[in-house]
Order: sequence, then C-alpha cells, then structure tokens
Amino acid sequence: MSASGPGLTVGEMLRKHGVSRRGFIKYCTATASALALPPWMGAAMAEQLRNAPRPSVVYLSFQECTGCFEAFTRSFSPTIEHLMFDIISLDYDDTLMAASGTAAESALASVMKEHFGRYVLIVDGSIPTGASGAYCTSGGRSAEVILREAAKGAAVILAVGTCSAFGGIPFADPNPTGAWPVSAIVGDRPIINVSGCPPIPEVITGTLLQYVTTGSLPDLDENRRPRAFYGNSIHDRCYRRPFYDEGKFAKTFDDEGARNGWCLYELGCKGPTTYNACATVKWNGGTSFPIESGHGCIGCSEPGFWDKGSFYTAQAAADFTKSGETRPLEVLEFAGATLTVGAVLGAGSAGVGRLRQHRSELDEVAQNDKGTP
Amino acid sequence: MTLDLLGFARGPALKAALAIFCAGVVWRIAAFALLRIRRDLNRPRTSMLKYMSMGVLAIGTRSWPHPQFVKRTGAGEALGYSYHLGLFAILLLFGPHIEFLGSLFGFTWPGLPSGVITGISAVTLTLFLGVLYRRVTSRVIRMLSNFDDYFSWFVTMLVMVTGMATTAHLGARYETLLALHILSVDLLLVWFPFGKLMHAFYIFPSRAINSAILARKGAPS
Repeated sequence: MSASGPGLTVGEMLRKHGVSRRGFIKYCTATASALALPPWMGAAMAEQLRNAPRPSVVYLSFQECTGCFEAFTRSFSPTIEHLMFDIISLDYDDTLMAASGTAAESALASVMKEHFGRYVLIVDGSIPTGASGAYCTSGGRSAEVILREAAKGAAVILAVGTCSAFGGIPFADPNPTGAWPVSAIVGDRPIINVSGCPPIPEVITGTLLQYVTTGSLPDLDENRRPRAFYGNSIHDRCYRRPFYDEGKFAKTFDDEGARNGWCLYELGCKGPTTYNACATVKWNGGTSFPIESGHGCIGCSEPGFWDKGSFYTAQAAADFTKSGETRPLEVLEFAGATLTVGAVLGAGSAGVGRLRQHRSELDEVAQNDKGTP
Repeated sequence: MTLDLLGFARGPALKAALAIFCAGVVWRIAAFALLRIRRDLNRPRTSMLKYMSMGVLAIGTRSWPHPQFVKRTGAGEALGYSYHLGLFAILLLFGPHIEFLGSLFGFTWPGLPSGVITGISAVTLTLFLGVLYRRVTSRVIRMLSNFDDYFSWFVTMLVMVTGMATTAHLGARYETLLALHILSVDLLLVWFPFGKLMHAFYIFPSRAINSAILARKGAPS
C-alpha cells in the first residue's frame, strides 16, 4: 500500500523527491503555525521529521458513512498524497487499498505484528455491539473484535469523526445497534478524538502530522480533542459574532437579516456550545464553512449532538417537551396541568383556612358569651 | 442517549422548576383569594364604588414616597425602583431571554444590543449590592429581616452573576456557564412561590385591598 518501504526516514524520502532543506523547514513552520504551535516548533518538527522513520498507519472503518474518509482525502494542507507518500506509511485502509479478502486481512495481521506498539491506529465509525456485533463485520469478525485486537499494538488511536469519538448518529437514541465510541471499548491506549461529522480535513491530517512530528500527544480538552483545533467555540470565532453582540438576528432563512448576514442564533445555530475550527480553518482549503453559507452550526463535533433537540431551535429556548422542541400546544398542556394542580392546592388550603376562621369566630363568640352577664 | 448538564438544566430541571413555580403561585394566590373576608359590620363612610376605586387608585399613589417623607425614604425607594427596572430590562430585552420567553409564549419582541444589556446588568448588580448594604447597615431594616429576605436576595443575585458570567464567557466553558445560569433560574423559580419573591404577585392587590378597607372606614390614603 505504501509508496515505498517504511524503512526510509522522512528526510530520505523528501530528498528522494527533490525537496530542499529550506523548503522543508518552511513547510514545517507553516504547518506548526496552522496547528497553533509555538514558532520554535517549526524547526523542532523539521529536525524530528528528517530523522524519523515514517510511522506505519492502520485505518479501520466500522459503522460509518465514509464521509470522514472522504474528508480525509480532501485535505489541502497537508494533502493526503503528501502525507501518504512522504510522511506516513499508510499500510492498511480497506477503502483505498487494492487488495481484498484474505490478502487484505493478512496484510493487516502482518502490519500489526511487524509494528507492534508503534503504529498509529485511525478508527472511523462507531462500534456496534448489539446482536453480538453482527451489525458490522469484516472477514467474519465483528468490529469490536477487530478493534480490540488492533488497539493492543497501537501507539496511539485517532478516533476520526463523531461516530468513533462520541458514538455519533448510530449512538443516538434509540441506538438500535448498541453502538459505542472507541473510548468505551478501548480503555488502555492513548486516544485522540478528532470529532466532526465529518471532521475538517486539515484537522484530521494536522492532528496526525502533529503526533507524527512531535511523537507525543497534543494538548487535549476534556473530550480528548486537540486544543489547537477545538480550543475555541465556533461562536467566539464566528465572523457574524458582532451581530450577536449588537442584537441583530436573522429570524428566517430568507429575511432581511439573513440577507445582511446577521447572526443565526435565533435560527438554532449551535455555535456557542460547539468547539471546532470551522470558523478559522474552514472547509475546501479555507473557502467557507456552514455559517458562511447561511446555515447555523448543528454542533456536529459535540458529544450527543443528534439528541440535543432540533437544529432549528435557539439554544436559549426552553427544551422540555415530548417533541424535543417547545411547541405552544405542549406548553399550554403543561401550563394547564400545573395551574390546575395549583388551583386545587389553593382551594384546599383556603378550605382549611376557612375552617380555622370559623373555629376562631366560634371561640370568640363563646368567650364573649362567657363574659356577658 | 446522553443527558449533559445543560440538557438537564434546560430540560427536566427547568420543567420541574416551572411546574413548581406555576402550581406554587396559583396555590398561594388561590389560598388567599378564596379565604372568607370577615364581614365588616360598621356602616361604610362612603359608597362602595368610591372606596373600591380609591383602593385601585392607591396602587399608583402609594407607589411614590409621601411628600412628607421624601427625604427619609426617597433614596431607598429610588434604589428599589432602579434595580427592579434593571431586572425587568435584563429579563425582557436581552435577545436570548426573548428567545426563551418566545419559546414559551409563541411570540417575540425587539431587544436591546448585548452591550447595552451588559451595561444595565453592571449597574443593576451594583444597585443590588447597595440594597444588601442598606439592609445590613440599617438597624431597623436589619431587625425586620429574616432568612427569607437574604435568601431571596441571594437567588436573584445568583441568577444575575451567572448570567453575566455566561455572556462574558468568564470562568468556564459557555455551555457550563449557561447550564449554571439556567440551574440558578430553576432555583429561583422553585423558591419564588414560597418566599418573599411572591411580592411580585401580592404587592398591588394587597395595596389596593388595604386602601379600600381604610377608605371604607373613612381614612382614604
């Protein structure tokens, strides 16, 4: 699968392709900048990369739609070709590889044996455990078995996409396949979650590149995502944020506010609670991102995003009705029920109060009668 | 299906809090409204229409300091009115609040820019601290105060502080701050019917009823 043997170091590979030292350092500096790393990291990356053997990478796809892999192949900087031919040795990927059947399975077994403890495992898709794992099998083995086996010898696991990072859509209620994220199956290996549905291509390749060049895990947030890409909310970096601060909101997708590019908060944008690099790195080589195209963020890089109510309900709206979004009729039912309970309690209390009033009046009369000669 | 803190705050917790608030407020109002009013056997000093309308009028006239006491009570009343106006402005004119109320009532209205609301919040917060200072430094007010007064102040203040922190993204992630803000609102809603916050519903009717009773006795206010 790899362009040449993994025995060559990255530096040797680049020299073979005619890449100059200066050009290589410039590339590393640009990559370090894109990853929000300190300036000195560019030179350190170049040094590390030049002498490092190209790491073996195994890419496993489970219960997924291949959208994440499609995104992976559309990275502009670094490009997938550059990664595959110069930086890593992509030794197993059932979507890209020409081999199939027993040949593919034996290739995987051989990579896992040869590079035990050193390979990077990329997992795409959730892992269904229902029906003894029958919802997703390959070579007669369930996704769970394959993952557990592959994880044993992995130096690090990259859970690419919200499905593998947090369960994603298969994990959403009612989760008919008993799907789980990678972290629920593998507990003893370092895991980096690269969430998104799909993740931004440059975030996938950038995270991989950062690990390969530094040899260590990047700074991760509480959801195990690299802070370099997931450190800020979409809302904080959104070019429409000034309109939010000014209180200018689009009310519908075709009103004057929408045409003027006002904030999409009231149309359900999940930007304030979504952490990703969409507003900065953007998509298609920095061309645009969903909010720039006129649609609110749906929060796809957050855990449980599919179960957090309608994509078109503002985050400030109450969310407690059966439908998952507040509907006036359900609110009326709710209000009617609670007000009735209150009225009954009130009437009961007043009844008790009246009884006490009556007794007190009787006592008063009795005392007056005693006092009357 | 996962339920995070924000989902809990704006879902089950909010639902429970609103249920307690609605049922509690109706309970308290009904319990008073349905009590039997002791018949006054004295001869009314004026017509029923007159003493009833004087009661209604007193809602307005008694809402301002009496000219004779302006110097003594004016500052306190100005403080009270100012922070109440601030609270209403924050509650009713901030975009996300309008969105929340709109989701319950089915209609929305124009709001103020977030910067203006932040300014109002800062002023209101300062006034709120002033109210507490006055309560603890004034010997008379301190002696009249009990747990209810301080806790009602605390829950209202908590809502304001968490709200400002949420808007400014101070101290934690936005969703955590928003969840804490909504939970503080939940706490306020639960406490509301059972504490002195119920004055929001009682203040005007009680003012009218007391004034009508006094007017009937020939002591119009």
